[in-house]
Amino acid sequence: MEMDIPRIELAGIAPEIALTVAALVILVVHAVLGNRFSTWYLPYLATLGLVVAGALAVIVWDVNDLQLSGMIALDNFATFVKVSLAVFGLLTVWLGRDYLTRDRLEESEFYALVLFAVAGMMLMAAAADLIVMFLALETFSIALYVLVAFKRRSTEAQESAMKYFLLGAFSSAFFLFGIALAYGAVGTTNLYSTGPEADSLFRFASAGPSTDLDLLVLAMGLIIVGLGFKIAAVPFHAWTPDAYQGAPSPVTGFMAAGSKIAGFAALIRVLDAILFPLRWDWRPLVIGIAVLTMIVGSVLAVVQEDVKRMLAYSSIAHAGFVLVGVVAANDRGVSGSLFYLATYGLTVVGSFAVVSILAGPGEHRTRLTDYRGAFYQRPLLAGALTLFLLALAGVPVTSGFVAKLVVFGAAIESGYWWLVVIGVLASAIAAFFYLRVLVVMYMQEPIEGVEPAPSGGWLANGVVAITAATTIVFGLAWGPLIDAAEHARFFVAGG
Amino acid sequence: MPKGYFGQYVTIGIFGLVGLALVVVTLQLARLVRPNVPSPEKYTTYESGIDPIGQGWVHTNVRYYIYALLFVIFDVEAIFLFPWAIVFERLGTQAFIEMIIFIGILALALLYAIRKKVLEWL
Amino acid sequence: MRVAPEYYLSLAGLMFVIGVVGALIRRNAIVIFMFVELMLNAVNLAFVTFARMWGHVDGQVLVFFVLVVAAAEVVVGLAIILLISRNRGSSDVDDVNLLRW
Repeated sequence: MEMDIPRIELAGIAPEIALTVAALVILVVHAVLGNRFSTWYLPYLATLGLVVAGALAVIVWDVNDLQLSGMIALDNFATFVKVSLAVFGLLTVWLGRDYLTRDRLEESEFYALVLFAVAGMMLMAAAADLIVMFLALETFSIALYVLVAFKRRSTEAQESAMKYFLLGAFSSAFFLFGIALAYGAVGTTNLYSTGPEADSLFRFASAGPSTDLDLLVLAMGLIIVGLGFKIAAVPFHAWTPDAYQGAPSPVTGFMAAGSKIAGFAALIRVLDAILFPLRWDWRPLVIGIAVLTMIVGSVLAVVQEDVKRMLAYSSIAHAGFVLVGVVAANDRGVSGSLFYLATYGLTVVGSFAVVSILAGPGEHRTRLTDYRGAFYQRPLLAGALTLFLLALAGVPVTSGFVAKLVVFGAAIESGYWWLVVIGVLASAIAAFFYLRVLVVMYMQEPIEGVEPAPSGGWLANGVVAITAATTIVFGLAWGPLIDAAEHARFFVAGG
Repeated sequence: MPKGYFGQYVTIGIFGLVGLALVVVTLQLARLVRPNVPSPEKYTTYESGIDPIGQGWVHTNVRYYIYALLFVIFDVEAIFLFPWAIVFERLGTQAFIEMIIFIGILALALLYAIRKKVLEWL
Repeated sequence: MRVAPEYYLSLAGLMFVIGVVGALIRRNAIVIFMFVELMLNAVNLAFVTFARMWGHVDGQVLVFFVLVVAAAEVVVGLAIILLISRNRGSSDVDDVNLLRW
């Protein structure tokens, strides 16, 4: 008897395969050669892997397909996220190169872990089955647990890794229980139906009130909780400031950009595409989370004395703003959220690049007081940080302004103008603590007798330059990226 | 043979009892047959001809936890090997190649562990 | 004799809740992690029960993936906890309090 073996269709996971192969090559080559030779080739290998992955993701643009027995969705939505992730990965690898050589940390494992994490995040965006989504979530989470603990001699890094790990494992158990209940309600974990008789979450949810939905609604709630941890939404945000502060700055930037876009990609696919028919059930929950996230993130950021912690709370607040786009649940909401996540990711990677350089060897100088008079010591870096902070605050002529505009616009289109009012108020509070950093940098004298941190290498400075340029460019000429985000449609059966 | 849901457990129980009886009976039988001439040397713990030193209750260095971790990984790998092995003949070469890749990646991990000197007993 | 699936599901739900409560109130990192494992096992039980209710093996296969991921998580988690306890001779989460908001 011949068994029905799934056809091998690798186009859907080609980027992930490229990244995994590159990571394995990096690990093995370095393990075999050892440190006898210089390690200049490692970042090149990582760069090559990420560029190939990005290219493999781009070439399937405008393909609308399900692959590997309906496990992988090949659609523009996934492609958009994958390309953004490849860019974040590249910036992280380059920034990491400078950081690791400065602090004399192991290089090969860092690159390999970043590549594994990017692969998991990409899979998360393309998952068309809840169990694949779970595997992807764990793949990138486990890589991130290790990356957070990368400065393993530092007690702070150990502490933040432990907190991140315990809460991460806790949250994935919620996510998983949600999957189990969804499986119990529907009889499958597949999001899209693949055959004539095969059922799917989408079909089940579309069938309407005739079917028994209670279990599915409960499952949905648990899945939102699980993903809420990953995107750092209040009240599931407790790990964020600790993990962000203790992790190496390049990793923090990568977490803020990559983990967020991957988590949101899954959340948007599940809520806005699959469970769209149940939107009246999940909207109250998500609106509550969004309001809490925006307010708590903005308010608590004000009292922070550590720049990394402040940026962590700011990233929580930004998760709230993106959730406004998710709540809108219309086409503009989806494309707006994608645009927001992509531009926010570039900006936040850039800000952590500046933090990484200014913190100096061992990353001892991340307090707000360490930034006193930074403008007079490092005018270019301080200028770039100013730009990033203005973008995070949503000031016009930066990408952050455009992003907030599209997301809030989408919410108004859906009739949630009061949610937008809360969002604007939260942005106003948020602007205060960004200004606080600027005041410290421009209006205060540097502390006497303290040497400024050594300047960063050309790679780190390059990352700052690139992200600063994109922050400006997408603030002035947002057309192409918005266009791409608007074409980032979900898979449509028979479409 | 007992039937039904719990009947199957009875079968297993009988098997267990027979197995236990086999061990007890043979050991007792040996005790009846053999000569019994004890001497102090015979009561010492056998350690390759070396006299044992100290207590049997010693701490193992915590660094060997990596062995346990590696064991867990390869133990879990078997989860995927068993279903694959059962339907192997019907799956054809494609599944064989897939499993080769799977084990190959794990072998790379083992190679990495060896190169990083975590498997050297100190 | 056939046991109704509701019993299994209640047990799974109970195990999950015990896991949640335990993870929240215990203070030792390893114990917290064990409660998280209990939550994962509750999920496994739910998967197997649902698979039996639906009459196909999908749910049982999903358990494999959960087991494997849990094992991978154990490996990384224990490594992190060990790193800390080697450094401070304690795996109590209350002793680990350098980072405060």
